[in-house]
This record gives sequence, C-alpha cells and structure tokens, in this order.
Amino acid sequence: MSFSVTEPNPATKWLAGLLVVGYAVITLIPLLWIIATGFKSPTDSIAYPPVVLFEPTLEGYVNLFTDRTRATEQMLAEAGPPQTWYDEIARARGTVISGPSRYGERFLNSVIIGFGSTALCMILGTAAAYAFSRFRVPLKDDLLFFILSTRMMPPIAVAIPIFLMFRNLGLNDTHIGMILLYTAVNLSLSVWLLKGFIDEIPVEYEEAALIDGYTRFQAFYKVVLPQAATGIASTAIFCLIFAWNEYAFAVLLTSGTAQTAPPFIPNIIGVNGKDWPAVAAGATIFLVPVMVFTVLLRKHLLRGITFGAVRK
Amino acid sequence: MTDTPIDKAVQRTPEGISRRIRGLSDRAIAWIFVAPTIFLLLAVNIFPLIWTIRLSFTNFRVNRPNNDVEWVGLRNYQRILTDPDIWNTMQATAHFLIWTIILQVLIGFALAFLINKKFKGNDLWTTIIVFPMMLSPAVVGNFWTFLYQPQIGLFNYVIAFFTGADPASFSMIGDVHLAPWAIIIADTWMWTPFVMLICLAGLRSIPDSIYEAAECDRASKWRQFWTITIPMALPFLMLAVLFRGIENFKMFDLVVQLTGGGPGNTTTLTSIDLKREAFEKWRTGYSSAYAVILFVTVFGLASIYVKALNKVKER
Amino acid sequence: MKTKLMMTAATSAMLVSGLSAAAMAEDLTLCWAAWDPANALIELSKDFEAQSGHTMSFEFVPWTSFADRMLNELNSGGQLCDLMIGDSQWIGGGAENGHYVKLNDFFAANQITMDDFIPATVTGYAEWPKNTPNYYALPAFGDVVGWTYRKDWFERPELQSEFTETYGRPLSVPATLAELKDIAEFFQGRDIDGTTVYGAAIYTERGSEGITMGVTNALYNYGFQYENPEKPYDLEGFVNSDGAVAGLEFYKSLYDAGSPPGSSNWYMGENIDAYRSGQVAMQMNFAFIWPGVEADENVGGGKSGYFPNPAGPAGQFAQLGGQGISVVAYSDKQDAALEYIQWFAQPEVQAKWWELGGYSALKAVVEDPGFATSQPYAQTFLDSMAIVKDFWAEPAYADLLISMQERLHNYVIAGDGTAKEALDGLVRDWTEVFEDEGKL
Repeated sequence: MSFSVTEPNPATKWLAGLLVVGYAVITLIPLLWIIATGFKSPTDSIAYPPVVLFEPTLEGYVNLFTDRTRATEQMLAEAGPPQTWYDEIARARGTVISGPSRYGERFLNSVIIGFGSTALCMILGTAAAYAFSRFRVPLKDDLLFFILSTRMMPPIAVAIPIFLMFRNLGLNDTHIGMILLYTAVNLSLSVWLLKGFIDEIPVEYEEAALIDGYTRFQAFYKVVLPQAATGIASTAIFCLIFAWNEYAFAVLLTSGTAQTAPPFIPNIIGVNGKDWPAVAAGATIFLVPVMVFTVLLRKHLLRGITFGAVRK
Repeated sequence: MTDTPIDKAVQRTPEGISRRIRGLSDRAIAWIFVAPTIFLLLAVNIFPLIWTIRLSFTNFRVNRPNNDVEWVGLRNYQRILTDPDIWNTMQATAHFLIWTIILQVLIGFALAFLINKKFKGNDLWTTIIVFPMMLSPAVVGNFWTFLYQPQIGLFNYVIAFFTGADPASFSMIGDVHLAPWAIIIADTWMWTPFVMLICLAGLRSIPDSIYEAAECDRASKWRQFWTITIPMALPFLMLAVLFRGIENFKMFDLVVQLTGGGPGNTTTLTSIDLKREAFEKWRTGYSSAYAVILFVTVFGLASIYVKALNKVKER
Repeated sequence: MKTKLMMTAATSAMLVSGLSAAAMAEDLTLCWAAWDPANALIELSKDFEAQSGHTMSFEFVPWTSFADRMLNELNSGGQLCDLMIGDSQWIGGGAENGHYVKLNDFFAANQITMDDFIPATVTGYAEWPKNTPNYYALPAFGDVVGWTYRKDWFERPELQSEFTETYGRPLSVPATLAELKDIAEFFQGRDIDGTTVYGAAIYTERGSEGITMGVTNALYNYGFQYENPEKPYDLEGFVNSDGAVAGLEFYKSLYDAGSPPGSSNWYMGENIDAYRSGQVAMQMNFAFIWPGVEADENVGGGKSGYFPNPAGPAGQFAQLGGQGISVVAYSDKQDAALEYIQWFAQPEVQAKWWELGGYSALKAVVEDPGFATSQPYAQTFLDSMAIVKDFWAEPAYADLLISMQERLHNYVIAGDGTAKEALDGLVRDWTEVFEDEGKL
C-alpha cells in the first residue's frame, strides 16, 4: 500500500462530493430563479402557482431599459407601425416606449464609483501599508488597530454625521463624495491585507536596490510594487465587490445623480404594478458579472479572503 | 541619494544610528505614504464619530433647520436605555446573531470538512457555493421576498414538495413566528460560504504529519477528529464567528429589503431601528446617542472576544 | 468631464430647439413617485419641451422609498429636483422649512386661480396652513383610495345563489364595510377554476405609509378623528374613541379572515400583483391603478368593477392620496420650473392629462358632461373624491406617520395587544411629537 494515510478512501470521496454538490445545487436555486424570471413575461412571473416551464421573452430586458406609457388610440395612430423589435414588444402590451430608462445611468454610476474608489483605495492603501511594513511609524500598533476598528461601526451610525458633513460640503449625491466614502470604508481592510502581503516580500530586495542607487521611492515603485502585484489584485477585488454591492450608504447619501444600482434595482417599477421580470433582468445584469468574475479569479479571491482572516 | 557606500553602511549600522543618518528622507516618505490614509480616515471616520458624540447631547434635528439647538445633557441616553422597544430590538438582533452564527458555523464547517476530502472537481463546486456571498445583499434580499410569497413564490412550493404541507398554510415573512427565521435562512444562504472558506483555510493549515503520527498511534478517525481537527481549526472557527458577529450586528441591507423590520417589530434589527430614527423621523440628536451606544456595545463585545481568541491562539 | 458632457447636451438641445429659445433653454428635473401616472407625465411633457425649448428629465422613486429619498433630498438642500410632485402630507414641512417656493404671486400674475380646482385637492395638496389662501403647490394629481372587484366572479350564478343563501342578500357591490367583510370571507379560500382564491388584498405595508393609508379607511368610517375639532392637537377621546377602536378591530378582522396568507407587508404594487394574478376577489388601492386594471389582459376589459370606500357606522370617508406640484426652493432654474407649472395648469393640457391616465384635479375637466362616462371608473373617482380625508400634513408628519405605522402593524399584523392599547399608545406617541414641536 503506497497511498498516504491522510488520503481519504474513494467511497468517502464520493459521499463528500455528493453532499457538497447537493448543497451547491440548493444554493444555486434562488440565483437560477432570478435569471429565469428575467426571461418570463410579466404574467408568468407572478403566475399563481409559480411556473417552472415558460415561453422565454425579452420583455423584461426591454422594460428594464425603457420607460413606457400606456398608449391611447390616438397615440398609437400617430406613432405608426413599430420600428424595432423592442417597439413591437412594448406595443404588444398596449404601451409605447417614451424613452430610455435610468437603469443604464445607474449601472454606469456603479462602475464609476466602484472602480474609482478601488483605484484610489489601492493607491492610498499600498502606500500606507508599505510605510507600516517598512518604517517605524510612531504609534504604529495603535494606528493599525484604529484603522481596523473603524470597520466595526454600523454604516447607519456613521451615516448620520457623514450626511451632515456631505450636506455642508455639497458632496451629497455626487460621484466624488461616494468615491471618497467607499475608499475610506475600504481602506482599513486594505491596509491590513496589503501590509500582510508586503511583509512577506523580503527586505533584502529593496536593500539591494538601494545599494544599486535607487531612491527609497524608486525601490518601492520598481521593486516592491511588482512583487506585491498579486496581493494588490486580491485586495482590489475585495474593494471592488464591496463598493459594487454597497447599499446602506448609497440609499442614504444618493438620490439621483450618483445613485448606484443596488438601491435602484429593487425599485424598478413597470406600467401597472411591480415589474418582476424587469427587476430580475436588472439583477441578472448586475449579478452575473460578479459570478463570472468569481469563477475567473477564484484563486486570488479565495486566497484574499482566507489570507485576510488568517493574518489576524 | 546615490551614495552607495553610505547606504550600505546604513543597512549595517544599528537601527538607532541608521535612523539618525537616513531618518529624514525615510521619515518624510513614511509620512507622505501614511498621511493621506490617516487624513481620509480622520475625515470620514473619526471626525464624524466625534461629531456624533457631540450631537448625542443635543436635541438637534436635521429637518427642523429653524429650531434652536439645545444641550440636553444625558437625556437622549436616558430615553434610549429606558425604552422597552429598544430592548425588543436588541433581542431581535441577538436572536438573529446567535442563530445565524450557529447555523453558518455548523454548515460551513461541515462543508469545509467535506471539501477537504479533495474529491474530484471540489474546486469548481467550492466556487459555485461561494456565489451568494459575492452578490449584493440588497438586490438578492429583494428577490427573497419574491421567493417567500406563499402564492407566487418558489420557497413554499419547494417546502411543500418535500413535506407535503399545503404551500398556502404558512407565510415566511408574514408570520410573527416565522419571520425571524426567514431572515436567518436568507442570511445563512448568503454567508455560510464565508465561514466555509475560513474553515477550509484552517483545515488546510493542519499538517498531514500530525494525522500520520496519530495513525501510527492507532487513534480512530473519530478520535483524530476531536483531538486534532477541532482544536487545530478552533482559532479559525472563532475568527469566522467574530467576522460574522460584527457583520451581522451591522446587518441592514438584506433584512430591510426582506421584511422591512416587520411583521410588527419582530425583525426590526438595531440598524433598521436606527435608520428609522435618524433618516425617517430625523431625530438626529437622539439617534446619535443611539449610534454611540451601538458602537460602544460592538466595540466592547469585540474586544472581549478578541482577547479570548488570542488566548486560544496562544495555547 | 461631467460638466463637459452637460454642456454638450445643452448645446445640442439649443441646436434642436432653435435659436430664439436657446438663450434660456434649461434642463429641468421633475421628481415624483415611480408609478403609472409618472410614465404618462413623461409623454405629456413632450408637448412642453416642444413649446418651451426646455428639456425635461425625470427622477422617479417608488412609493415605499419615495418619502425617505425625497425628504432626504429636500432636507439636505439638494438641487436634484427643480420641480417636485411631493406627497400631500409634505406640504407643511415644505412650507415651514422653506423647501417649496410660495406660489401666490405667481398664480396672481398668471391668472391661475385655485377656485378652478377641486376644493378637496386645493386643501389637500396646495395649502399651508390648511384652509388659508397660502399656496405652495398646484394640484397635480387627484387620488383617493377605492376598491376594485372581480365583476366576472361576482356575476357567476352559482356564487350568486350560494351567497344569497348564506347572507340573505345578493352578491354585489357592498354598501357598508361590514358587507365588504362578508364578501371577503365568502371568497376566502374558495376554489375558483382550480385555484384557491382569497377575499381582499388590503394595505399592510410596514416600512413607509402603507398600513396607515389602509386602516384610515376603516377608522374614519367608524368614528376616528385626528383631533378635537374645537381644540387643535387635543387627541384623547378622538384618536382612541370607541368608534376608532371598533374601526381598528374591523380592519384586523378583515386582515385575519379575508386577506391572502402572507399579505403582511403589502402596498400598492403587491395588491396589484395579487389582483392581476387572480388571487383575490377585491383589492383596496389608490385610484391611479384603475386605468391599468382596465387595460390588463387577465382582469381588464370589463372583468373588473370599481366602487368607493363603503360607509361605516360613523359615515363614509376615503383616504386621500394625490399630490401637488411645487417648485423647489434650492433650484437655480425656478423661472423655467414656474413656466412648466404655468403650462401644466392650462385646461387643454389637463384634459390630455386625464386622457393619458392622469387624474386631473381641474374642475373644467372633471365637471365636463362627458367625464363620468369617459371611463368605467370615472364616476367612482368622482364619488370618492367627494368623501376624502387626509392624514396630518404637519411638518412633523413623518414622525406622526412612523408611530402610527408601528402601532397599527404591531396590532393588526403581529397581533400584539388590543386595538384600544394600540390607539392609546398612538395618543401617547403623537402627544410626545406635538410636545417636541412646541404645539402642546
């Protein structure tokens, strides 16, 4: 017998696999239901009892991206025959498309604020983490603890004075305000994670560089940064996902211009009642990129989560 | 600063002296590197915190710009701590906190344990299990209300399929007794993967050699599990509990979308209650005091817990 | 980058609208709730854009977060909205805190008179303090709670005969709330065409204003009053009168015995969904949904009927909804915003507004001889508008509303305590609010 004693036998593996797959399938049901609802007609979406098999339609997606008005006879006559396939879908419900909806803008806001805050957070966080890792910063431990403890505050509690502050500074409902806020919220964990990654890079590399005539900044820029790249990437994914999914601050501090998708999606309303297919379509477009991301970057992601936890 | 010999010398000199020689530029860099972070955190975290504390002693209200702001001393605190509704809210939060942690740790650890059996394709399935925690709680929470609708949602029909009960006979978010469980189920669905990942890291950190040694001693698998696996993974488990505890104490988005705090006040967690006071009733002073109390609570509990955790780690 | 974009947008707007108007073309943002009438307003406003050269943007928020979001916006002095179609109860706060521009001079200068509008809407949507000629809005959308029912089910002979047997009267539109409850219980759990259906979808929503907007329809008709008519802010014995207690008990019994299981957090949207999908025989809802019901493929086209809130022992009233349109004081495009209101007040625009599904509050429109028969629900709308009552419109209305939501939901849905205790508690909460406000 040559196999290791710690290697489970095939039967155990099978059983374990079966249980895990079973759990994964249950986990997936709500997500699949969201995706499926996006392709249902409004009637099918609230069918009583619910339907599993249905005729797929793009109506939810059309409704997501358009505003529609219930048409009077006169309007229909004036509008002439439907011009495009999406016109046709709207017409079939006795409505005419009156313009694009706000979903596109809100999605774009999510992109701008998500990536903006992540970039800023990485710049500030890497610099701070490097300083904490390599230099003697006065009160280092206290500062680090303080940085981390800010993460414990419930967002609603923090939001009260931030609301007042933003109001006085004119930052309410602005992209820059939200970027700064998300950066600050993410900074604490980022500095922690990044410090861990940078701690792992041997100091000897920089020393060698310094000896070769690099300045401290050059050494940081040309030696440490490339070494820390994967760590930075893992951390960045975290910040991005946080900013992408954040709801409490967004709902309290934005109302239109800078509103992101999460407070917007649950509120999508169609002509005559809640438009569940459109909500589901909006959710699908918003959630699927994250799922794809998760699959593609799973190594970094999982490492980031556990690394962050194990560090402490 | 390309004076290599000096640099070299600096590296070899004892720290105190080295600092004096090169100190200035490094120190400058250190400050340049740390200052923006500290500044931002001061501006967005500490300054607001101080402001909150100050406001908590006043009767200030954002929606009454014309009213005079008065110092009311500890009246806000007194009002909160003697309000029975707040204690109900705290109870609801504790119920949510305790049960989500129990369920997530049990299921999360079990999953990690199974995945650690390294069956074929475990990598892929792990990724799929992780999906829920990557998604926006508000968006997903909103959809759970849809799933929970007794007539048009899926949840009741799935339960009915397995138990044979009438799908219309119960209502997850409408019933006073079931609603607290409705939010626990949704949260467990979302965050079990997180606990699982941390447990997995814990299990993988246990060196094979320990098990091999145990095997030589003819310790049973059962015994190995209790004497090696659990104690070695315990710090990780405790860490998972800490994270979930802090996160769920702050819980807002998922539950507010799911139940809005109802029925009655059965799922009004502290954050939802606070939001109502601060941004619906606009009792800014009062809600500031509320926020301070919450912060002290979470900070206090977390500190005690971290101490315990460190003890376990040292062992 | 954003300003650049906006300038490009403005430039192109100028090119489109021609040179004469170009000098003052503005991009106006109108804020309102996200619902059917808002879609119609987009369509209606296209005429304004063509005539004035201004462009219109819209910011619509669903009802359940409308008040939160928009009051937040106003309280933060935000410039998102130039025009606000704010809920009727906001008018006190809008006026006293300076969020809304006072419109008296503007009305006088443009020969707009409030005498041309339905009196209930003027009091409800435009005046502060109530019953004084100080106007902060122009009535924009008349709305009131009423009932929709499945005419096709009511007309089924087998149900007709069974109902008559049980209750000794024909199955038809209820004249009293008690009769309505009988009908709801009659349908509750009944099998119709193979599915189990329920009595009535009623408002039970917890987070914003839902359950209050529902329960008041029972409270008013059983004898609830907001205050002593002789002595303002005197609540004891009016808010918690015996009649009020009976009204609240009625609503709870309707919820317990006549509404779909799980309808514990329902407001306009959920009620519509339940009704459209054939779960309920009746639904309580604001009148705005009626055009949508008529057009629905499942329940429209004559399958549905409408009736005003039935009477109770103390009279017949219905909860007022609806909004006035105001100019936001923080906007720097107030002139263009006033231009919009001036355009909107014109009789021909108001007539088209009704045609598109907007409930005009202009007398000239609703008193037109053809109005009552123009739609199956038009007469019900007129009858309902004649019996309206509204919630507090005090600056502190949000506090008053939140305590009421909590007390009502705790009793009706969660079953805590008794109706008397709930209303006694409400008196305490409201007294505290008025004390804080310095009104008591």
